Amino acid sequence: MKPHLIIAALFAANPALAQTPELTVYTYDSFISEWGPGPAIKQAFEAECGCMLNLVGAGDGAALLGRLKLEGARTNADIVLGLDTGLIAAARETGLFMAHTIEADLDLPLEWNDPLFLPYDWGYFAFVGNRDEAHPTSFRELADSNLKIVIQDPRSSTPGLGLLMWVRSVYGDEAEGLWEALADNIVTVTPGWSEAYGLFLEGEADLVLSYTTSPAYHLIAEEDDSKVALPFSEGHYMQIEVAGKLAATDQPELADQFLRFMLADAFQSVIPTTNWMYPVIMPEAGLPDGFSTLIQPETAILAPIDQADALRDLALAEWLRALSR
Amino acid sequence: MAARPVPLSLRPVTHWTGWVAAGLVASLVLLPLLAVFWRAGGGSLPGASDWAALRFTVLQALLSALFSVVLAVPVARALARRRFLGRGLLVTLMGAPFILPVIVAILGLLAVFGRSGIVNQALGWAGLPPVQIYGLHGVVLAHVFFNLPLATRFLLQGWQGIPSERFRLAASLGLGPADVFRQLELPMLRAILPGAAVVIFAICLSSFAVALTLGGGPRATTVELAIYQAFRFDFDLGRAAVLAVIQMTLVTLAAVMALKLSRLDGFGRGMDRPPRRWEAELWRLRVWDAAVLFCAALFLIVPLGAVVWRGLPGLMDLPVQVWRAAAVSVVMALSSSFVAIILALSLAHLALVRHRIEVLGLMGIAVSPLVIGTGLFLLINPFSDPARLAFGLTALVNALAALPFALRVLVPALRDISRDFGPLADSLGMSGLSRLRWLVLPRMRRPIGFAAGLAAALSMGDLGVIALFADPERATLPLEILRLMGAYRMDSAAGAGLLLLMLSLLLFWIFDRGGHRDVDA
Repeated sequence: MKPHLIIAALFAANPALAQTPELTVYTYDSFISEWGPGPAIKQAFEAECGCMLNLVGAGDGAALLGRLKLEGARTNADIVLGLDTGLIAAARETGLFMAHTIEADLDLPLEWNDPLFLPYDWGYFAFVGNRDEAHPTSFRELADSNLKIVIQDPRSSTPGLGLLMWVRSVYGDEAEGLWEALADNIVTVTPGWSEAYGLFLEGEADLVLSYTTSPAYHLIAEEDDSKVALPFSEGHYMQIEVAGKLAATDQPELADQFLRFMLADAFQSVIPTTNWMYPVIMPEAGLPDGFSTLIQPETAILAPIDQADALRDLALAEWLRALSR
Repeated sequence: MAARPVPLSLRPVTHWTGWVAAGLVASLVLLPLLAVFWRAGGGSLPGASDWAALRFTVLQALLSALFSVVLAVPVARALARRRFLGRGLLVTLMGAPFILPVIVAILGLLAVFGRSGIVNQALGWAGLPPVQIYGLHGVVLAHVFFNLPLATRFLLQGWQGIPSERFRLAASLGLGPADVFRQLELPMLRAILPGAAVVIFAICLSSFAVALTLGGGPRATTVELAIYQAFRFDFDLGRAAVLAVIQMTLVTLAAVMALKLSRLDGFGRGMDRPPRRWEAELWRLRVWDAAVLFCAALFLIVPLGAVVWRGLPGLMDLPVQVWRAAAVSVVMALSSSFVAIILALSLAHLALVRHRIEVLGLMGIAVSPLVIGTGLFLLINPFSDPARLAFGLTALVNALAALPFALRVLVPALRDISRDFGPLADSLGMSGLSRLRWLVLPRMRRPIGFAAGLAAALSMGDLGVIALFADPERATLPLEILRLMGAYRMDSAAGAGLLLLMLSLLLFWIFDRGGHRDVDA
């Protein structure tokens, strides 16, 4: 074979390689970690799309949005997956997203009809404690008790912000008073969920702010049924995690295909035991066994997306005032 | 300030390597900062809550630095004048606390001082009310836990810099412990203490997770958290950048003040004999030193023991990803250490004639990692995917963060050498490489080993900017620990924390011992 033929063969091979389309999805770091949904989802989607799924991790939901804002319209992302309901208004304001075309009947406790963002999982915030201890059934009871709680800082943590919105939604203008009453119950405020949950497991507090699904992890992964989530009579604040398609994507069809895949069984059935959240479409095999033991809140609370921003600033100011006293 | 005599030997030496290193350090800090300002379209003023955060930050950093260096004096003195079984081990363990990932160290401290920790259990036994760790005192306690060992090592180096002939002379003159302190130890402390305090002040100034977690709530808001808030909550890059500049200014002011306070007298050269401390051979001083060392060891080792105890079950079956991350971290630590030592040696050499250059070395820890990371992202993103460069950038930023510690160790050592041996080397016509080979390196082996070990261990435990760029293929051990915790796997995370502790200590020990080999003292 003559050298120029070899070179020609090399070049001939290249376009075929380059033509494998690539879909870039920005998501939060725990999604792509070995213990998150990422690896299974990448494998399943690549098997059906004949493309390469490039999952890029960036901190948590808020950091994700921050990165997107830094990059602006020049971003490489085709899809952003991992914003939650508290971030949707700010994400919409960037003008970087375009409407999706997916119609689906979602298993959510409340109606969903956002044109830009499509949910892929959801959960309820709840305080988690140890079984066989006396547990309060409302924020008021908690504030009146001597129980010690550890919570997350709303300025650096999504669950922390969720708690802020939860209290504000339930108590309205009396929220500040409730925080003052809660102040002596709060052992400390951590930067993120992991630190708070770690402190709780080490016995630093009786209760920790987490999710109603947290006990399922201990039950399924550790066969430990000692952790329970506390049902609160005022209702539970929801977290709905969503994905959106970027207007500047160079792979619009592939992006739509991914959003449809996101609601398919291969994606949804992975969610419960990797993200430890509820899927938005019930998997064919149903939920894993441990999930049937979880509490089912009667009232689901979620601040209207358009008001979330204004409410958030107000609630943060109240929280800072009440706890800095 | 009176002009210090410039040693004769330094005049012919050119300092271009030092200036290159200085330029590199300055641009690595300033360019990202400028990029953030540029992207924000200017600065914006901090709000009332930011100023409150600033006040709290300065207060806790001052207290932490003060307690760390003051408590380090008796500990370092006891280590300097006593020889006992396990001394080497204790000195190595001194390296342990500040290399631990923050959350691992906090859990270790809580096992001792927490609500259901050892102290409170003992108090409960004795029928006494429990103590609360959460609050300003908890923050300071944790910072002292991290930095007391560091301060002790800096001071110990100072003590080792006093030639043994001086103590011999003091003994032959019949000087008592008080006189030796005034004549020999106090001048050394005056030279070393301010610099050590400034490094600790700077590192506590950017404290975030420790201050928040142990501070007990929003009263313990630090500037770093305010920067976080500016980024995440308000996406106010201008405010974040202004806060970073305030952080930097505070550290610079403190460093300049410390340089003025430091008196650099020096003791002259010695014959490198192992020191013997005749004046300290009183039984009451022996008892005092033993008590000091016992308390310090207890304070450091019990929380570390808790980390070990907590991590052992998880260590047995760590996921394979953790081992991979450990390998990545070791390579990163070695690269960072190498870069840090090259930079530090170049800067230290320059610092002999330009004292202020040491302040520049502090900038790596003076500016918020979040701001530097964001700035680097802004600088790189138009040209390349930042994730692709994550490893190199993190290694470089980690080296920058280790620089002040390496400088603290190398500058005084280098200064002594060129003052004590410079004229002799000049008269022998030693210069350039032969001078490095025969004079500087042999005498600098111990400090270089210590500084390299510090840099490696620090880089090992530092989350660094890699968290911002998150390259899933090359996660470091600290990032992997965060991921394990985020996935509820607290036992594996504790195991990985223990692995990190062991690897860091091993690296530290290898470098540190390498520096001590056959220079036994």
